[in-house]
Amino acid sequence: MSDDNKAPIFSAAQEAEARLHQAEDAAAKDPFAGIDFGELELSIYRPRTMFSIILSFGVTVVTLLALIPLFAVLWMLIWRGGQKLSVVLFTQLPPAPLEQGGGFGNAIIGTLIMVGIAAVITVPLGILTGVYLAQAHSDSKLAGAVRFSAKVLTGFPSILAGVFAYGAIVLATGGYSAIAGGSALSILMLPTIILTAESAIAMVPARMKEASIGMGATGAQTVWMVLLPTAMPGIFTGVMLAIARAAGETAPLLFTALFSNYWLSSGGHFNLMQPTASLAVLIYNFSGMPFKNQVELAWAAALVLVVLVLITNLIGQSFSKGQVTQ
Amino acid sequence: MATVPNTTRIQDDVTALSAGQIWQPPSRNQRWIDRTFRQLCRTFAALTVVLIVFLVVEIGTKAIPALSEHGISFLYGRTWDPNKGTFGILPEIWGTLYTSLLALLFGAFFGVSAAIFLSEGYLSDAVFKLLKVFNLHFHPVWGKLPQRLEALLKNLIELLAAVPSVVYGLWGLFVVIPLLRPLCNWLHTQLGWIPFFSTDLSGPGILPAVIVLSIMILPTITAISRDALVSVPPKLRMAAYGLGATRWETILGVLLPTASRGIFGGIVLAFGRALGETMALAMLVGNANRLTVSLFSPANTLAALLANSFPEAGAKEIPVLMYTALVLLAITLVVNMFGALVLERAAAKAEAK
Repeated sequence: MSDDNKAPIFSAAQEAEARLHQAEDAAAKDPFAGIDFGELELSIYRPRTMFSIILSFGVTVVTLLALIPLFAVLWMLIWRGGQKLSVVLFTQLPPAPLEQGGGFGNAIIGTLIMVGIAAVITVPLGILTGVYLAQAHSDSKLAGAVRFSAKVLTGFPSILAGVFAYGAIVLATGGYSAIAGGSALSILMLPTIILTAESAIAMVPARMKEASIGMGATGAQTVWMVLLPTAMPGIFTGVMLAIARAAGETAPLLFTALFSNYWLSSGGHFNLMQPTASLAVLIYNFSGMPFKNQVELAWAAALVLVVLVLITNLIGQSFSKGQVTQ
Repeated sequence: MATVPNTTRIQDDVTALSAGQIWQPPSRNQRWIDRTFRQLCRTFAALTVVLIVFLVVEIGTKAIPALSEHGISFLYGRTWDPNKGTFGILPEIWGTLYTSLLALLFGAFFGVSAAIFLSEGYLSDAVFKLLKVFNLHFHPVWGKLPQRLEALLKNLIELLAAVPSVVYGLWGLFVVIPLLRPLCNWLHTQLGWIPFFSTDLSGPGILPAVIVLSIMILPTITAISRDALVSVPPKLRMAAYGLGATRWETILGVLLPTASRGIFGGIVLAFGRALGETMALAMLVGNANRLTVSLFSPANTLAALLANSFPEAGAKEIPVLMYTALVLLAITLVVNMFGALVLERAAAKAEAK
């Protein structure tokens, strides 16, 4: 920078300083000059406050609107499903077209068995993976990959779990079966169990783990006797949430377990390698039928399914309150 | 060995002490069990990664015959005719993206609004003010009501996600469609020149499917957005109030921009869920192989096509359906990975603060 420029800058700075002094003088006379206090008043006639109130009101209305479907669904289930509800539904087999009466006893059993199969596969797998993740170093590459896989699996389309089980199990074993259905459901349960088990174990106070190790317990003993018992409520919540989700899944069962109008055990033979009925698939199949009896059964089955799912959810959530945390 | 000090195990401890076991280092057996257990956990964890790889490989290899036969033209073909052996899934790809984006539009609006409602504590404020009128706001029982109701509302919105999709499908089929029909047909006769209303709603169609789909993704958006809004440092809110901002100037100018990454991540994950949602769409979208922008026309989506065609597919159709599944898998994997990454970044950034 040359010296020629110095003079104008200097004068500009001087001018600014002079202006500042003028402003200070003015402020000394009237410190609140030029401020419109009406602008700061909290009054609903001000556009700013009005805008805020309108939006608050809008958000309230929108939230209430968002809850309408929940109550509408529950109301319809109780109204249309409740009419049909009776003990017969739980003991009889699905009716043939145009036949009256009937029930969905085999579908309830089928749902329970397939969810049971999925739970047997995923509970040990998911909890031990959760243990590994919670214990792993934060820079462990495998742990990072597993965590990422679990997160990606959470959003995995349920129909693709069915496609996978169809390719890997139905085509390999040569037929639709409860095993194939249960395996498809297990893919959907696994990520929930892994992620909740990890966070439940990670929430166990570090001092408990350190105390155990300090007393000379091995890693396995610490996990079995300190971490898992303490984290059990949280893990149990995750398992119940996963079970509730799996019980309501339809898409993965459509072409793995298919459907069946009969009991799983026929003539004293209990066979898991045959097409199996489930509540969800029954609702789907019967909802598309032009027969009144079947549609009513679909509503009753939906009521039973939702009650099962909600009870499982509530049991799971009631346990999470017992979790010991830091 | 060392046992855990626990009231129920005191007797064991006493026995162990008298036996002199407590001073022992882990025996060879215990060390072996420890090693095996660690290895087992590691193996199970690795199995999760293997499972994802196996999923992709399994669907991919089963799709190879169709991939080599139809190639890339499968993606922009418009006909699906098993008898002639011509297959194309452009209408399904369009239908999947169209329904999901529309559902996202509704779902994001309602979901983020509900998240703001929950994170601002409107309900507990209102209940608290109401209790104050009756001078019950510090009552040992009534005083807890604001928090209780707030938690109840949060649970109710989460309950929306617990209802199985097939039940939503049933509800849509017998409640939403009859409800929408008169309105949609009126719109069609009055405003039929607008492309969105160019057909009438004769039964299943895009609009009922979109409405049900948006209800199903709303809880995801609300839960994640609420977490993001709640984790905005309170000092930012206080600073905005201190500068004289109104509640909504604070929300729009400070809270939403700060939480925007988390909210965006939630919306992306919800988008992934909408793309893969099957049953509600298979029941409500009408399964018509049509490329349309009309909201009332039946259409089809990738997942619904799989659900409807797989059970009665012949040996020739299976590879084609596997190819379809592969396309769906690719789309959802990309969207979900992107969403998970966005959320991870948002969490990392929030932690850094």
